[in-house]
Amino acid sequence: MSYLIEGSTGTWEVVVGLEVHAQVISQAKLFSGAATEYGAPPNSQVSFVDAAFPGMLPVINRVCVAQAVRTGLGLNAYIHLVSRFDRKNYFYADLPAGYQISQFQHPIVGEGKIEIELADGTTKEIGITRLHLEQDAGKSLHDQHPTKSYIDLNRSGVALMEIVSEPDLRSPEEAGAYLRKLRTILRYLGTCDGNMEEGSMRADVNVSVRQHGEAYRTRCEVKNVNSVRFVMLAIEAEAKRQVAVWESGGVVAQETRLFDVPRGETRSMRSKEDAHDYRYFPDPDLLPLVLDEDWVAALKAGLPELPDAKRARFVSQYGLPVYDAGVLVAEQATADFFEVVAKGRDAKLAANWMMGDFFAALNRTGATIETSPVSADDLGGLIDLIADDTINGRIAKEVLEAMVETGKDAATIVDEKGLRQVTDTGAIDDAVDKVMAANADKVAEFRGGKDKLFGFFVGQVMKAMAGKGNPAMVNEALKRKLP
Amino acid sequence: MLTDLTIAEARDGLRARKFTARALTEAHLAAIDALNPRLNAFITVTAERALAQADTADAALARGEVAPLTGIPLAVKDLFCTEGVRTTAGSRILSPFVPPYESTVSANLLRDGAVFLGKANLDEFAMGSSNMTSAFGAVENPWKRRQDASAVLVPGGSSGGSAASVAARLAMGATGTDTGGSIRQPASFCGIAGIKPTYGRCSRWGVVAFASSLDHPGPFARTVQDCAILLGSMAGYDPKDSTSADVPVPDFEAACARGVKGLRIGVPREYRAEGMPADIEALWQRGLAWLREAGAETVEIPLPHTKYGLATYYIIAPAEASSNLARYDGVRFGLREDGEDLRDLYERTRAAGFGPEVRRRIMIGTYVLSAGYYDAYYLRAQKVRALVQRDFTDAFAKVDALLTPTTPSAAFAQGENMDDPVKMYLNDVFTVPLNLAGVPGMSVPAGLDANGLPLGLQVIGKPFDEETVFAVAAAIERAADFSARPQIRAGEPS
Repeated sequence: MSYLIEGSTGTWEVVVGLEVHAQVISQAKLFSGAATEYGAPPNSQVSFVDAAFPGMLPVINRVCVAQAVRTGLGLNAYIHLVSRFDRKNYFYADLPAGYQISQFQHPIVGEGKIEIELADGTTKEIGITRLHLEQDAGKSLHDQHPTKSYIDLNRSGVALMEIVSEPDLRSPEEAGAYLRKLRTILRYLGTCDGNMEEGSMRADVNVSVRQHGEAYRTRCEVKNVNSVRFVMLAIEAEAKRQVAVWESGGVVAQETRLFDVPRGETRSMRSKEDAHDYRYFPDPDLLPLVLDEDWVAALKAGLPELPDAKRARFVSQYGLPVYDAGVLVAEQATADFFEVVAKGRDAKLAANWMMGDFFAALNRTGATIETSPVSADDLGGLIDLIADDTINGRIAKEVLEAMVETGKDAATIVDEKGLRQVTDTGAIDDAVDKVMAANADKVAEFRGGKDKLFGFFVGQVMKAMAGKGNPAMVNEALKRKLP
Repeated sequence: MLTDLTIAEARDGLRARKFTARALTEAHLAAIDALNPRLNAFITVTAERALAQADTADAALARGEVAPLTGIPLAVKDLFCTEGVRTTAGSRILSPFVPPYESTVSANLLRDGAVFLGKANLDEFAMGSSNMTSAFGAVENPWKRRQDASAVLVPGGSSGGSAASVAARLAMGATGTDTGGSIRQPASFCGIAGIKPTYGRCSRWGVVAFASSLDHPGPFARTVQDCAILLGSMAGYDPKDSTSADVPVPDFEAACARGVKGLRIGVPREYRAEGMPADIEALWQRGLAWLREAGAETVEIPLPHTKYGLATYYIIAPAEASSNLARYDGVRFGLREDGEDLRDLYERTRAAGFGPEVRRRIMIGTYVLSAGYYDAYYLRAQKVRALVQRDFTDAFAKVDALLTPTTPSAAFAQGENMDDPVKMYLNDVFTVPLNLAGVPGMSVPAGLDANGLPLGLQVIGKPFDEETVFAVAAAIERAADFSARPQIRAGEPS
């Protein structure tokens, strides 16, 4: 399902690479002991190191290094046992030291890969170029005062992982799938919460276009896009802009651009000529970061089961279709919930109930899997009642709704409402006899060859039994008596 | 006179209750009162704090609780952040800065009972070899030329105030920092001892950074033993400095008495600088003879990359400085000159706050790190630095220590060497290679030149083998029997 832009001179392919900044989950900052909690009052989580006071020195936070290594391992990437921190020098009011400590030449994680799933059921492998650790800058607030800017250094020094993809993405859809998959992996690993609204995951999008068989053309970087949807929209807008430039005889200039969300277009932020000379050089306050091989091996051994492996296991262990398995593993909490529901039960039935009525109920009530009004055990209890013929599927939907409303378990609701399914053959036979007696004409038609009327009889019997008849037994009784 | 005592003598006198810490501190404060207006060795004098610390020391002595430096009055180079006491780095840009924290090295000295008299003058951000670049004025060397007593000599730099204060008996010892020679050269110019220990021996935490990979805190004192006592307190692993070495601190004082019998002392022929005064060459030979007489063997040893040391240093040090000094932007602390917008605020603040030498080095450093020049300058300098390091590694495979002159000349007068920055930079030609390699080096006063000015010899040791450096320096000190004193000193009418 290729994404192509039809231009006046032919069709164009879009080439996309993403640089994702993911905030590391850690108690303290990358090089200081200050806290990292989101939403704290301005400048309440700032150490003298973060504010770059004279004589202050950075000391690497071991937890942040472990998180980067775990992420690298989760991305099937090469872990560099020796890496180095460089200074990226530029002046800005929210960059207290006048430089950002980053890893320019020797990142901690090298090449890796991610497999993305597309809507048509195909998969595609996307290369990871590198992952490196760096500090976040502070935040400039320009809207607090008519003539002054305010600086909040809470974020200054917070650890970020910059995860750079190869230019392997060929459509907005692929970019969206990549970001969602990356976010899923980071959340499974517990290395980044992936919350794009709070800014803990942001993307710089590199976009170029080309015609069939060409080498790459000049790319533009769209900075700081903060949702999956905006990334997809930005790619579409930027690709169309570039096609228009090329086709009108112009030349796309290498530059940094911003995505203007309300207008749905990108605009120039700074050209290559205005680009900073960051004067990168190794930070002399920090020794090279040397990792112990055994330490890395221990981190690897401690990794959780990741989404791809879990999906494969759900397919083989529970016999689920690949698509269903994919939906269930997208969030770790959903997968865990499913495994509780499926334990000792018909897994396919469990999956169908989760992905159908249960998800619909969550959507309707605005709940998430974590805040679900129905626990996994209770959902399992409902399925047990279906499996042991206590209730049928139609009644089960009614019971689930009551569970969502009241928080009671399925058995209680079935008892209270008297919804227990009737499996007494005598009662069923009675109901069948009464329906047949009341519809003698239809019985005659059926016997005259009008087979379609069978459904009519089922409906009438169930109605007579207030929906509680065991559907299989009702069928069986009708088959026995009607002919 | 109390001010003439060595730290070791004062320590014994205090413990024997021959005099009080208060009396010792008062004697030094009186000397500061009398001489600092002329010498300008202190930017800030903290008399009240010093007396309070002295009283605390007396109380501890009365209880019989003694630490290595209880009651010893010291000067602290104004590059070490001192909690609640203004710390200027000799710069206008930090003139209003009062740190809310104490540097690790000065905190270690306070832990061991030291009394701080005040903050010693220095070249701005420790950039200089004469103390002439200080925003708080030049420091006068307490020594005088025999033939030309009217000439005002420089104390050397950058730790000029520290060296002058110890030489003139305004303090018993002082902290310094040495990025290219800033302890050893002023020690040599002022006729006192000073050691730059191994890189990582003393924490840099809380020391205003000049060039992080080259900055070494270390002590000044009038004797080798006193330096050993001070270094013993200053040194130690500090988890707050990632480049601090997690190695035990040996008994440096004990090492002073070891002697040099059986040691092999290397003589690097590359240190025979062109145009070096005959006095210095003669002193060097005398130093080697003393060591041989004390039982050491001296051997010629090559340090082939010595001649590239200075050029390498003047790329790496400014490169790091240009980045380290970016934080002085007027936004969070120190001087601020308001501007039209952010960029204007930066430009006005930094133009008003930095003196010409600092500006020159920021520009050199920015240039050598720029795109297109990085490989030719910074990267190449790092490669040469590795070769200089290898020179020392190779040498120490064959010898236990090296002996060289500390400087290519004795103290010069204010105004001399000022016309050309490169002439000034040449002062550091013998000291800079040690900073590039991180190996320890000590200047010990060994004699006087024809003008009656002190000259120092430099003892160079293996990484983390300051003990041998102290042993060799102490042997030279004993043989030299250096008893000359500067003309301007406590108790002498100035």
